[in-house]
Amino acid sequence: MAGVESTLTWTCYDATKLSAREIYGIVLSDLGGVRQDIVGLTADLAKSTQIGAFGDKFPDRFFNFGIAEQNMFGVAAGMAKVGLVPFVSTFSVFASMRACEFLRTDVCYQNLNVKVIATHGGTSFGSAGTTHHALEDISIVRAFANLTVIVPADGYETAAAVKKCLDIDGPVYIRIGRGFEPPVYKAEPEDFTIGKAVEMRPGTDITVIACGPTVYHAVEAAEILERDDHLSVRVLNLHTIKPIDEEAILKAVMDTRRILTVEDHNIVGGMGSAVADVIAASGKGCVFEKLGIPDVFTPHGYPEDLQHMFGIDADGIVDKVRAMMGREFEADESWEDEI
Amino acid sequence: MALTTEERERFRKLCASLRRDMVDVTGWSGGAHIGGSLSMVEMLVLLYWKYMKIDPANPKWEDRDRFVLSKGHGGLGHAVVLGRRGFFPFDELKAFNKTGSNLGMHLDSKKAVGCEVSTGSMGHGLSEALGMALGARVLKKSFRVFCVIGDGESNEGSIWEAAMAAAHHKVSNLVALLDRNHFMIDGNTEDVMSLDPVADKWRAFNWQVWEVDGHDLDALSDAIEAAIAWDKGPAIVICNTVKGKGVDFMENKAAWHYGGLSADLVAKAKASIGEE
Repeated sequence: MAGVESTLTWTCYDATKLSAREIYGIVLSDLGGVRQDIVGLTADLAKSTQIGAFGDKFPDRFFNFGIAEQNMFGVAAGMAKVGLVPFVSTFSVFASMRACEFLRTDVCYQNLNVKVIATHGGTSFGSAGTTHHALEDISIVRAFANLTVIVPADGYETAAAVKKCLDIDGPVYIRIGRGFEPPVYKAEPEDFTIGKAVEMRPGTDITVIACGPTVYHAVEAAEILERDDHLSVRVLNLHTIKPIDEEAILKAVMDTRRILTVEDHNIVGGMGSAVADVIAASGKGCVFEKLGIPDVFTPHGYPEDLQHMFGIDADGIVDKVRAMMGREFEADESWEDEI
Repeated sequence: MALTTEERERFRKLCASLRRDMVDVTGWSGGAHIGGSLSMVEMLVLLYWKYMKIDPANPKWEDRDRFVLSKGHGGLGHAVVLGRRGFFPFDELKAFNKTGSNLGMHLDSKKAVGCEVSTGSMGHGLSEALGMALGARVLKKSFRVFCVIGDGESNEGSIWEAAMAAAHHKVSNLVALLDRNHFMIDGNTEDVMSLDPVADKWRAFNWQVWEVDGHDLDALSDAIEAAIAWDKGPAIVICNTVKGKGVDFMENKAAWHYGGLSADLVAKAKASIGEE
């Protein structure tokens, strides 16, 4: 009975075991030992975002600002102004929306060396419901000039991104999940390069471009499609949304002529829209579709259920790829039947 | 230490001269935030000519004191002060607001030499000033941060987020000055969104508060000096001022929050300021 009780009794601090966030906290603590200019900032989410691990190790370089995200981002800008490298950690909804203008005007406009670790991206905080689902953040922050936007696939890639973002003398937004997402990598990818998409699987029939937790689903879907449909599905992990890897996208267009984007984000303005911009501007034709949250507010529920409900898991990707394989280009030059 | 007779006289003349400059730039630029620039002249004179450790020849000196104009629409007044203090040639102000100029309505810290922070949107500057002040603590440096905030601006919740945080983190190298000119675009602050009792509000947020006539150089100087000396937490000097100070037809007129001046009105305004 004691065992059952120990699994039923827990606090909000225990809900953050294992995860991208935990790895992030450890990585930042390690970096803090090497870089004396790193400071950590949070808004009552030291434990929930794991930045508290840094605070435990470097209490003099760690600041909690309470539930006041606007001030925290302004403070981060001020700290960067005097030569520090602030890592600011809060939930994606608050980083991108509550503190939106402070991120845009204080940090990005002045091109300051502030690193934003935006946790609980997409539907990852499932049961918390719409208020805590970050479905718009990629769309919002990728419109900020000077800002680099990264959506790592898992904890290992998060660790790599947190280290590599220090090479950029400017603002970086790293969007991660809640930490329960299954890992895609087996170890930290050593060749992680900001702005360079990773080919997770080669393929010639269609390319699935994913970021964040949907990379795992895309890889799984590609395996199913190969096994059951004998399809050769390329999977691109587009971990950097900005600057976007145009070369990898256009190469996929040339090689496979079918592109599907999948993201845990509203389909309006997110990663899929960024990819669509690249393809449209290139003038190259292809079959193109986007999977994501279809411009609705998501209900509360377990993340895996929500991802299934909105077709951004492996099942949804498999169904969409099969449908796309039946589509062909129209060779005609008539506009009349298009509208 | 109280102002010497020589300082008082020099600063009094300097204030009048800067006010005339602000009128000139308003004329050249076709329009500027003249009212709220004229109200904060004494504050900026005492900070830039007496209390701040700065070196205009070395604007990026690491140990300099920092100034943040949280009420960023006072860019006109700030730019005139920076120019006259020697951060850039005063003639640059002839292009104020013009395309391609380094200077405009809300100063850009990447372009206006001596301007520490790009402000303009209300309620941001105090947070950035707090970040600099905390940064000094982390870096074990002794520089101070001075921040002028507006009373209309004080409607923003973020001002009070910063106020709470500065007191919580016991920041004692931060001195705020409130330009309490009682006017915002739509009229008197107490009609649009009442701020009083403003001194009590800051006291309740655990700041040390001084309240003075913001145009009385002696009283203001004493208060700034006391605020600098206060080492138990953040300090604020509430400066009761007159919007449009020095120009008779602008004083306490909400409309002169922003405006343009014909050559005729420029002459009238400068005559009103006097001290030529």
